[in-house]
Amino acid sequence: MITVEGVNHQIGSVRILHDIRTRLPEGRLTALIGPNGAGKSTLMRLIGRLEALQSGRITVAGHDLATTRTGELAKIMAILGQNTAIASRLRVAELVGFGRWPHHKGRPRPQDRDKVSQALEAFALTSLANRFLDEISGGQAQRAHIAMSFAQDTPWLLLDEPLNNLDMAHARGLMTLLSELVRGQGRSVAMVVHEINYAAAWADHVIAMKDGRIMAEGDPDTVLTEAVLSKLYDTPVSVGRHRNRPLVLHHA
Amino acid sequence: MRLLPAAATVVLVILMLASLLIGVAQVDLLAAWRDPYAMLVLMESRLPRTLAVLLTGAALSVAGVVIQSLVRNRFVGPDTSGTAEGAALGLLAITILVPGSPIWLRMIAASASAMVTTALFLAVIRRLPVREVMLVPIAGLVLSGVLGAIVTFVGWQADLMQYVGTWLMTGEFSGVIAGRYELLWIAGLAAALAWFAADRLAILSLGDQVATGLGLSTATVMRLGLTVVAVVTAMVVTTVGMIPFIGLVVPNLVARVMGDNLRASLPVVAVSGALLLLTCDLVARLAVYPFELPVGLILGILGGGIFLWLLHHRPAHG
Ligand SMILES: Nc1ncnc2c1ncn2[C@@H]1O[C@H](COP(=O)(O)OP(=O)(O)O)[C@@H](O)[C@H]1O
Ligand SMILES: [Mg+2]
Repeated sequence: MITVEGVNHQIGSVRILHDIRTRLPEGRLTALIGPNGAGKSTLMRLIGRLEALQSGRITVAGHDLATTRTGELAKIMAILGQNTAIASRLRVAELVGFGRWPHHKGRPRPQDRDKVSQALEAFALTSLANRFLDEISGGQAQRAHIAMSFAQDTPWLLLDEPLNNLDMAHARGLMTLLSELVRGQGRSVAMVVHEINYAAAWADHVIAMKDGRIMAEGDPDTVLTEAVLSKLYDTPVSVGRHRNRPLVLHHA
Repeated sequence: MRLLPAAATVVLVILMLASLLIGVAQVDLLAAWRDPYAMLVLMESRLPRTLAVLLTGAALSVAGVVIQSLVRNRFVGPDTSGTAEGAALGLLAITILVPGSPIWLRMIAASASAMVTTALFLAVIRRLPVREVMLVPIAGLVLSGVLGAIVTFVGWQADLMQYVGTWLMTGEFSGVIAGRYELLWIAGLAAALAWFAADRLAILSLGDQVATGLGLSTATVMRLGLTVVAVVTAMVVTTVGMIPFIGLVVPNLVARVMGDNLRASLPVVAVSGALLLLTCDLVARLAVYPFELPVGLILGILGGGIFLWLLHHRPAHG
């Protein structure tokens, strides 16, 4: 479980997060939704200790972020930030290989190599393994980054808008893979989802944020309602059902 | 591809032999073991010079890779990041404050001061917008210019311009003899240290977010990288004077072919840097034989040309 207690965050004099208090359940796929600028990425970065905590307390699987060494945390959670553009000229396999670094610190063992080839396989990157990152498409590079987090093989996986740049087939493939991780291996995933129907179709738990506050949270059926979503996005939406899950429609 | 390292090694050995043979005094290598004069020339002058060139070329190129990972920008080198001027500033300060100070104290002053000015460069560029790729080298040039002006001013006031000139203006190897180049081994050691941190430096250049996510202490790696760049540059500046371009051009050429997996590429960078500088030194010695041109001049022409070519052939996503 991830617990967030009394977390405030400000940049300069602007309050970005207001007294956030929430729990992300273990062994579930949690989706963070909300309009642009709601503070989803900020909350993700705070949980992933990419940003220093200004107030409050966050624990991940019982480890307090304030007192756990960053190298230790890298074996408990993997985090993929929203902005994955890098200037390095690495091959796909080398980037994915760095996902194993927290475990081997520079001396890869056979099991590390196995995890890397599994990750390459899982994200259909095997044929691109030797290509340079600056010589493949944006979607392929995005998959390489997700594969690196995947290869890190941690109980918790935090992904900020991982579906960016992915076509429909690869987006669906990623969601299938993540829910298989959750249901098959008991791992926990938290992700920021921009396209709400991916949350509707795959998430076990939804946290809706707006203006630096949590507006609603719970299972998809209770959060993804016309009342909550219309207020969340300040725009009228209707919610139907498809295969016994909510289906959000926002056509005029 | 696989033959490349072997080919490079063969070329390096040939150039080393040439470097041992070329000079005003005629020396027969094969006869050296029974000709005391030839042996003297070889051990006191030719071999030290060759080793000095190899160490400088290799260490400066590795330092170039390190500073480029620290700033995440390909268009900087230890000669355009305030490092060399920082070393000169430290040397000036210690010369003025502690006249006749022992060599180890001068080395420490030069390294420490180079570290401070390079850290200043890092602090400056951290505030620049990430997407403006060309602002970073410009900031480096401006900082180097300002620091260089300070060095010149102080050197002028203290009547030490002669030294300042040998540190910053004309890096060259004609003065190298046994007993006057050995500090460069420290530069070589510092460069070797970078190889042990190769993975960490490669991860650092993926950005703070990725590095922290992988459990890396970015501050520690930064400090280590700074130390490598500062020590290498300080040793080169004090021993033979700053050599331009090599720390900029060699990392770029190697990255183009091999990419940025530093564990694999750093040895290639070191060999290529040694090779390039030795070639330039040989040209400098032969172009107007029996006189010599400063090697920095040859490198300036060659390196400037390569750099322009790099600017026009950037990989698609910079
Ligand atoms: N570096 C920054 N400086 C000032 N404001 C920022 C900065 N980064 C983010 N913000 C602001 O913080 C708020 C939350 O941003 P973010 O967490 O990225 O939102 P989300 O991911 O939900 O779109 C936004 O209003 C944004 O403008
Ligand atoms: Mg965001």
